[in-house]
Formats: sequence, C-alpha cells, structure tokens
Amino acid sequence: MAGRTRAIGMRLAQTVPVIIGVIVISFILTRALPGDPAVYFAGAMADAESIQQVREALGLDKPLVTQFFLYVGDLAQGDLGRSISTGQPVLTDLAARLPASLELTLSALVLSCLIAIPLGVLAAVRQGSWVDHLCRVLVTAGVSLPTFFTGILLVYVFYYLLGWAPSPLGRLDFIYFEPPRVTGFYLVDSLIAGDLETFAATLRQLTLPTITLALFTLAPIARMTRAAMLQALSSDYIRTARAAGLSRGKILFGYGLRNALLPVVTTLGMVFSFVLGANVLVEKVFAWPGIGSYAVEALVASDYAAVQGFVLAMAFLFVTLNLIIDLSYALIDPRIGFDTK
Amino acid sequence: MQTNRRNFLKLTAAAGGAAMTPFAWATRADAQGLETMVVASGQTINSLDLHRTGTNRASYQVAINCYDRLVGFGSRQLPTGEMSYDYDTIVPELAESWTISDDGLVFTFTLKPDATFTDGSPVTAADVKWSFDRAVSVGGFPSTQMRAGGFFRPDQFEVVDDQTFVLRLDYPSKLSLPNLAVPVPFIINSKVAIANATEADPWAMEYLHTTTAGSGAYTVTRWDQGQQIVYDRNDGWVGGPVPEIPRVIMREVPNNSTRRALIERGDVQVSFDIPDRDASELVGTVDVFSTPIENCIHCACLNTKFEPFQDPEVRKAIAHAIPYEAIFQSAAYGRGAPMWGGPTEITDTAWPRPFPYATDMDKAREHLEASSFASGFPVQMSISLDLASWMEPTALLIQESLGQLGITTTVERIPGANWRTVALVDKSLDFHLENFGGWLNTPDYYFFWAYQKDRLFNSSNYDNEEVHELTEQTLHMSMDDPEWAPLVKKMFQIVIDDLPRIPLYQPALNVAVNGASGYEFWFHRQLDPRRMTGV
Repeated sequence: MAGRTRAIGMRLAQTVPVIIGVIVISFILTRALPGDPAVYFAGAMADAESIQQVREALGLDKPLVTQFFLYVGDLAQGDLGRSISTGQPVLTDLAARLPASLELTLSALVLSCLIAIPLGVLAAVRQGSWVDHLCRVLVTAGVSLPTFFTGILLVYVFYYLLGWAPSPLGRLDFIYFEPPRVTGFYLVDSLIAGDLETFAATLRQLTLPTITLALFTLAPIARMTRAAMLQALSSDYIRTARAAGLSRGKILFGYGLRNALLPVVTTLGMVFSFVLGANVLVEKVFAWPGIGSYAVEALVASDYAAVQGFVLAMAFLFVTLNLIIDLSYALIDPRIGFDTK
Repeated sequence: MQTNRRNFLKLTAAAGGAAMTPFAWATRADAQGLETMVVASGQTINSLDLHRTGTNRASYQVAINCYDRLVGFGSRQLPTGEMSYDYDTIVPELAESWTISDDGLVFTFTLKPDATFTDGSPVTAADVKWSFDRAVSVGGFPSTQMRAGGFFRPDQFEVVDDQTFVLRLDYPSKLSLPNLAVPVPFIINSKVAIANATEADPWAMEYLHTTTAGSGAYTVTRWDQGQQIVYDRNDGWVGGPVPEIPRVIMREVPNNSTRRALIERGDVQVSFDIPDRDASELVGTVDVFSTPIENCIHCACLNTKFEPFQDPEVRKAIAHAIPYEAIFQSAAYGRGAPMWGGPTEITDTAWPRPFPYATDMDKAREHLEASSFASGFPVQMSISLDLASWMEPTALLIQESLGQLGITTTVERIPGANWRTVALVDKSLDFHLENFGGWLNTPDYYFFWAYQKDRLFNSSNYDNEEVHELTEQTLHMSMDDPEWAPLVKKMFQIVIDDLPRIPLYQPALNVAVNGASGYEFWFHRQLDPRRMTGV
C-alpha cells in the first residue's frame, strides 16, 4: 500500500513539467495568434487613441516577458486572469461552464457504454449473427454522421415534427430555476435539493444532446470491445477455462471481459478527453453553455486569458484522467502493479 | 414630408412641447396581453455596461432597456408598411423639455420632475452630468461616439439646479441632439455608482458591469452570462408609455437551425437577426421583418494604392462588370435594397442611393480597353471570415465575372480578429468587400467615416480634396440650410464618378416574430421590446 502511495506521488510529480510546459506553450501560442485584442475590443469606431487606451487597460503595452511573469504570478495565487469578452474572471467562467460540459459528456459516455459494451460483447460472442451486423451498422453510422448533423436531425424529428422533446434551449427550460449550486451538475444538485421536478426537466433537456454525443462515441467503444473480446476469447486461458468446465458466464465475464476491458478503458479515456473539447457543435445546436463554445469564442476574439485558462483547465483534466485510468489498470489487471515501476 | 418632420422637431424643441409629441406606438388598442416574451438571439451579451471596454453590440440593448437618455427617437411607418424609429423626430425621455440658444451652442434641458431611478431616488441633473462625464472620459467606443455629437470634455456639462442641465458646444452641429438619443449617453444613478466606485475604479466600471442602476423601462432581474438575460418591467417608468409586456427573456441560441425550429414552433416569440436565407424561407410561416439598415451599404472597395485602380477606366470597367442582381439574390436572398442601376442625374439627397451602374459586360470591356490595362491584370480580393455568409458568395461571383474581362482575382480569406487591422487600420487590401453603416442617419456622416482621407472606414485610401472639404462643410450644417442639398449632391456626383467604393446592396436586418407584434427597426440593430405587445 505504501508502495502504491509512493507510486501515485511519483506519477503526480511527473505531471509538474507537463503543466509548466502547457503554461509556457499556451502563453506563447495565444500571443502568436493573428489579431490584436486591443483593436478588437476597442470596437469598430475606435481611433488610434482609444485603441492605445484599451491596450494599456489590458496591460498589453508591456513587454512579453513582463506579461508572462505577471501572468505566472497571478497564476500562483490561483488567479487565471479576466476574460475580456465575458468581463468575468476566467475561473468563474470555467466553474460555470465546465460542469455543463462534463454533465453532458459523462451522461453521453454512460449511455454509450451501456449500449456499446454489451453490443460489442454480443457481437464478439455471436460473430456473423444479426447482432454483429447491427453492431457494424451502428458503428459505421456513428462514425460517419457528424454530430451537428445528428443533432439537427434529432431536433428536427423529435422537437420540430413530433414535439416530444422540449425546446433545445440549453440546460434548463426558462420556466425552471437552476437548483442551488453544490456540484454544478444540475442532475445531482436537483436531487440534493430534493427537487424532482427540476431533475426531470434537466433530464428532458439532456436527452437529445446526450443521444447525439452517445451516437458519436458509441463507435470506438463498441469496436474496441468487440475486437478485444474476440482476442480474449481466442486466447489460451479461455480454452483452458473451457476445458476445465467452467460455466459459460464465468468464462465470458470473469475471464473474457475482464481481460478485454483494458483496451476499452484506454479508449474510453481517449474518447472522453476528445469529446469534452470537441463537442462545440453539439453545444451550439442545443444552446448548451459549455466549455467548447466558450473556448472557440475566446479564440475568435483573441481573448488571451480565457484561451490560456481553457487550455490549462483541459491539461489538468487530462492529467487527472490519465492518472485515474492508470490506477484503474491496476484494479482490472493485477499484473500491472505500481510497485514494479 | 421629411422637411415637415424636421420643422416639427424644431417646433417641439422651441416650444418645449412634450405634450404634443406623437407617440405613434402608444395607440394599439387591439393588442392582447403577453405576459412573457421570449426572444432567441444568436448573439451573446457580455456586459450590462455599454461604457466598459470590450462591451459588444448585443449588450447595447441593456443600455436601451434599462436606462434612459435625455431624449429618444419617435417612430414612423416605412413605405413598406414596417415600423421604424424616426431619426427626424426627437421625443423627450428623461428631459421634459429643452431649449436651444439662437447660436445653437447652448442646450438647456429641464428634467421630468417625477422621474426616479429603480431604487426610488429622483433623477437629478447631477446624475446626468456624472453619466456624461463618464461617457467622455472612459475612452474607447463611448468617447468616440460622444465626440461625433461635439461632446468632448466634462466642462461642457453643467448642473444648474436639480432639474436643469446645460450642455455647451464648441460649434453648432445638427448631430448633437440626435447623438443624445443613441444608446451611449445613458443616465446612471450616480449616487449608487459613486457608492460602489473605488479609487482605482472611479467610474464604477466593475459594479455597473454586472448590475444596472438606471431609470429605464425594464430592469435586469437575472443575467446568466452566455445563456440568458431576464428583464422585468419597471412600472414606475416615466420615459414613455409603460411597456405592455411585463417580462422579456432573451435566450442565446447560437445555432441558426435551432432558432428557426424554435420560432416556427412558436416556443419563442421573436427570433432576432436571422440570416437572409432563413428570412426568405420563413415568409408566409411567421411574420418576417426585413428592414434595410439605414446608412449602411455593402460595398466592393478599390484601393487607390493599387496601380490599376488608379486608372478611372479600370474602376468603371469593374463597376459595369459586377453581377449585382446575382449577388443580391445569392448573398442576400433578395433581402435589403438594390444599390445599382440608379438614375444618372442626381435630383434628391437620398442616401444610400443606387449608383448609375449596372451589369453590362460590353460597356465593361469598352472601359477596360480604353484603359492602360486592356489585357487585364491579376488582383487579390480579400474577405473577412467573420462576414463570410455574404462576402464569400459575393467574392466568387465577382471573381467569375471579372475573369471574363481578363482580370484574374484570387480570393483571400482573412480571420475576423485580423480583418479590422489589415482592412481598416493599415488599409492594405487592394480589392476587398466592406460593410460600413453609420448610426447617425445623414449622408455627410457616412462620408465623414468612409470617404474622408485617413478615416477608419475609408479602406480604399480615397483622397479627394473637394470631397474632404464638402464633408467638412456639410457635416454639422442643418439639413434645412438651403446650401446643404446642393453641396451633398456635389459630393454624391464626385464619388459616383471616382468609385473608390462600389455599392452592391443595402443589407437588411431580419427579424422573425411569432405571437407578438409592434416590432420596430432601430439603427442600433437591437430589439427594443419597450414598444412591443401581444398579438
């Protein structure tokens, strides 16, 4: 156990250079963007004098090196700076928007795992059967349909034509008030507050965007499950287990699936990090106040603090995620121990 | 008709006649109550304070809804039947009456005695002065806009007593009074603001960024940045007739298809600033208003620094080669107003006005052959990616048409954040598209920004001394002055011949309404819910 703690400590220590690298690179890259924020924010009618006033107000008249050290100094105090386009501290913006994205991404991943893993297992077990074909169709469709298209299609059918889904107006219809903030996840917060009506409303708003994203993430997970399962089932230990007369369930789930889970969890981690940043289009279609659209708008406006804050938050998230995945490897497969590293 | 309105304006100003002012929007008897109006908009509101650095256009609506100005604009019916604000009619808002000295230099305003801020405190001349001082001092866009009306320094604003406010100008200008009715000079509760100001932040920019302190028709009761803003009616509003709709919710819906589904289903009452294409397709399903934006023209600009464009025959050749109708149909879906094929003779002072050029490839060839570039030349045409929805199809159509003359164009797409610097500040783009529109609706104001040497929107580097002089002469001159019209016509004639900017069409502001009425077009291109009602 002490070995594991030390190993985790080592892993955490290894992330420090990564974070430092991210800070430096995001600072340099944002400055390298075309466009001048002072000009942008001074407005269309601004003259040279007012642009200069804005430049000084934003602290952009100082040399780059000074700007960098000011930024790092603020960062050390937990201050990510202030977004010029929203006018709020970047930390506040991220705190408001990250849970929205996380709630959507996590629900989509849960949904897609619930479908993709059983589907992949079945497809592997009954190779060539209708389940296998269904799996193939779903996977192909999921990969080939862009999310904004699926999103608009779902809105068109379930909201516009059938009227089953609520108005695609973000996380909550305007007749409800958002639940008292604890985690920022409306589903969780409304349950904590014991407000079942808001919970149901949140769930209704979540349904279409979740399905959209789940369709997209289903493909890699189902494919990976199927492939890993096929490999596991054709391996020696499964043959041995069969020969030993173990029950079918025990062989499939106890030996087959458990061994197949490693690549699936790896894929899951990759899909999660990819989707969190890449669901801008889904956010736009469903007016979802998430972090993807925030980052894109900040980029367009050359809003340095917001872009850097976003990159940094994502870096932290990925580092944490990778750590969790590494730890879960050890849980899934005892042969992967931390002690040996 | 226009002159009548202008005379009327003078009359009301001279007589201080608030009571006679025509509130055209106040007489809609058949309207049914609408408790909550939901508006979907693609834009995001990033501040409740227009004076703050970085406040975007969508946020101007807060200054309109939650604050008052001394004066406002009346409303009128356009020839198309749609309603619009009326530039020529100035009506009282916080001012009960005003007088203008004979030399036009001193404006004396008497405030409405019963005007109160939403916290109950009375509106005094000190609040007006503090707010105007703020607008001219904070720099950036608000100060630039204040200067357009001749307001430069705090010492131009004087408090006589609680009800009387005096404004002194350095020179008389016809733009001064209208410039008091634009969103910028809004009046803030200075007691509240000063209480929340700090030494580092004397104008309370931090506080007013997230809180309103005004006397306007609505107050902001909820603002979720990036999602929605909720306005509730101020029942004690004295700036005009109390609005009919008690609550207005602005929801941000970035995706156009989503907004279209929402308005068609009737889950929102207004979808604001929709694309031309949606507007043309929604006609017949819901109420669609497509009002040509006043004093705004989409242009193709020819930079005088580029050698072939210094040849007048080349410029004329291009003006005849542009496929105007095709551009108007495929870039604007026929929304807006054509700016080509106008009369050769200038008999009126209408602006924007169609130039006397039309697509005629034979004429274009004649002009090009008469130039020193008879065999054509290569040129780069630049467009902004932020405005790609109209610039992209326009550029491709122009490219194809000019290709027939031997003028080979390559289209360069410039990122939005960079566009302003290269196009307007450096003015380094040879051939490009541009979309300037002026808030103050006079031709000389457009010329000031777009045709005078070194002005920001003169992206063609146009430099004509006579036009410069004429603009200087007419800018502040009253439009009733007998000298004004001939001078303006002369300006028109010169730029029509010189063609630094080739007008393509006047764009429209498209708004879809389903389940509400009383929509009015405003020059600031934001929704003004104060005059809207139920169906």
